[in-house]
Amino acid sequence: MSKWLNPRSATGILLIAVALIALPFVAALGGQAWVRIVNFAILYIFLALGLNIVVGFAGLLDLGYIAFYAVGAYTWALLASPHFGLHWPFWAILPIGAVIACFFGVLLGSPTLKLRGDYLAIVTLGFGEIVRIFLNNLNAPINVTNGPQGITLIDPVAIGDFRFSGASEILGVSLSGPQKYYFLLVALAIFVIIINLRLQHSRIGRAWQAIREDEIAAKAVGINTRNIKLLAFAMGASFGGIAGGIFSAMQGFVSPESFSLIESIMILAMVVLGGMGHIPGVILGAVLLTVLPEVLRYGVGPLQVAVFGRMLIDPESLRMLIFGLALVLVMRFKPAGLWPSPERKRELQGDA
Amino acid sequence: MADILLEARAVAKHFGGVKALREVSLTIRQGEIYGLIGPNGAGKTTFFNCMTGLYVPDGGGFTFAGAPLLAAAPHKAAERGIARTFQNIRLFANMTALENVMVGRHVRTRAGVFGAMLMNAATRDEEAAIRQRAIELLHYVAIADRAGDLAKNLSYGDQRRLEIARALATEPSLLCLDEPAAGMNATETAELRSLIDGIRRDGTTVLLIEHDVKLVMGLCDRVAVLDYGALVIEDAPAVVQKDPRVIEAYLGA
Repeated sequence: MSKWLNPRSATGILLIAVALIALPFVAALGGQAWVRIVNFAILYIFLALGLNIVVGFAGLLDLGYIAFYAVGAYTWALLASPHFGLHWPFWAILPIGAVIACFFGVLLGSPTLKLRGDYLAIVTLGFGEIVRIFLNNLNAPINVTNGPQGITLIDPVAIGDFRFSGASEILGVSLSGPQKYYFLLVALAIFVIIINLRLQHSRIGRAWQAIREDEIAAKAVGINTRNIKLLAFAMGASFGGIAGGIFSAMQGFVSPESFSLIESIMILAMVVLGGMGHIPGVILGAVLLTVLPEVLRYGVGPLQVAVFGRMLIDPESLRMLIFGLALVLVMRFKPAGLWPSPERKRELQGDA
Repeated sequence: MADILLEARAVAKHFGGVKALREVSLTIRQGEIYGLIGPNGAGKTTFFNCMTGLYVPDGGGFTFAGAPLLAAAPHKAAERGIARTFQNIRLFANMTALENVMVGRHVRTRAGVFGAMLMNAATRDEEAAIRQRAIELLHYVAIADRAGDLAKNLSYGDQRRLEIARALATEPSLLCLDEPAAGMNATETAELRSLIDGIRRDGTTVLLIEHDVKLVMGLCDRVAVLDYGALVIEDAPAVVQKDPRVIEAYLGA
């Protein structure tokens, strides 16, 4: 821990802390919508870090990761909404959501243990779709998920009487609902990042990386690859489950269409684009891929008017065009991601 | 007679119509260096893979340190004390040399997910011990100066040494080396020879598959010869060398 105490890192941490505290107020200058966007960026950090365990550390390509997010979201929605008339407190639901998602992680993991690469990707893709289709259709014969209409009026996160939705005043500072969620999310994010860093540099983390590098050699040195892979699926899924729960509470509404394949692909893109297996890179990827489309959404239209005097291309299509192009360019010129781990950078440069 | 560490009883393995192993029986004694030689395709590596659990034998079985070895459970074999290297080096290429050896400590350590999350005193101590032992082993195989380099950036000879260090990290009682001298020059082979000799002196039994007949004959206490999947002879090097069947197998006379 001593390395944290030198003055330079202390200043760094202080600066980051000030920036993190100031961020929701700065974002609010552009309207509460921007605070919500920042919140979503943090939520995607959770998801990307969770998927990073499976894809980045253990090297198992998972295209159905959004299913665990969905499981967490629906767990919260069902246990804290008028749908079943249940209103459990968040400290009970969040762990339950994580455990159920974890269970689904093992459920998906066990039949896919012998698969790798493309084959694994296809099976997990199918799994993600199965979960979404179940959510869409579980309104009959017993109405569990309320089908495509989704579940509404979901309880916000509340600690005692303090609710995270709606504006309130704390210590003389008036905070909007999204701003309060922001601080909750930052606290959870710090927790999740610390756990990820610790896992990476642990006995288990090394075993994951060994499986990624060479599964047969990993077996030969005594790693029980079955259990260690299942553990990766389970851990990744739990993070997805927690993120899902918060999403559900923040939105107050969930429906199956939030959990489509494109979401899984986006999260995978965050991991790959940021720098697979490198936690700071994955965080950067998550933030960029959440914020960039929004910046383009608000920026592309006015920019066209300013440059050409009129709207030439529909901003919505142009947004996706630029976004796609950016992804292609990054992968062409920074194949290891925008912020790869030092090892992986060396690996792709191929120096000796 | 010395204690028997490993006993193979009529081990058979075939791939389709090819009989890779035909009821091979042999015994490895505690503390010896045991050589397994034979022409290409004689079944040496297949025998290795059956023993270390990567293949399921079609017949026969192994007894190791007094108890049967489970087929098809490589991680159990490592747990029991059988470590191996591979003919075509299989390191964790994008991990550092030190991390490669630290992975080898996996089977002798216990920390789980919750230990890693909480980073309690027991986990921290274990982690420090893993690192310490890994550094010692890198010194032991004389590549400690490359500890921070990615495994794939090591020279060929150093990669072979790293693989041995990783295998030793599992605290084996039987170390199986699959053609460790392949592709090495005379100096490297001589260094390897003294390394293997040292490992045996430090109490680990060694099973050596090798093409370099000179190395095997000079180093091993006993040698077995395989040809077309069958055991030709199992005896002291001096005897094996003079056996007409062995000469025939090698020279095809």
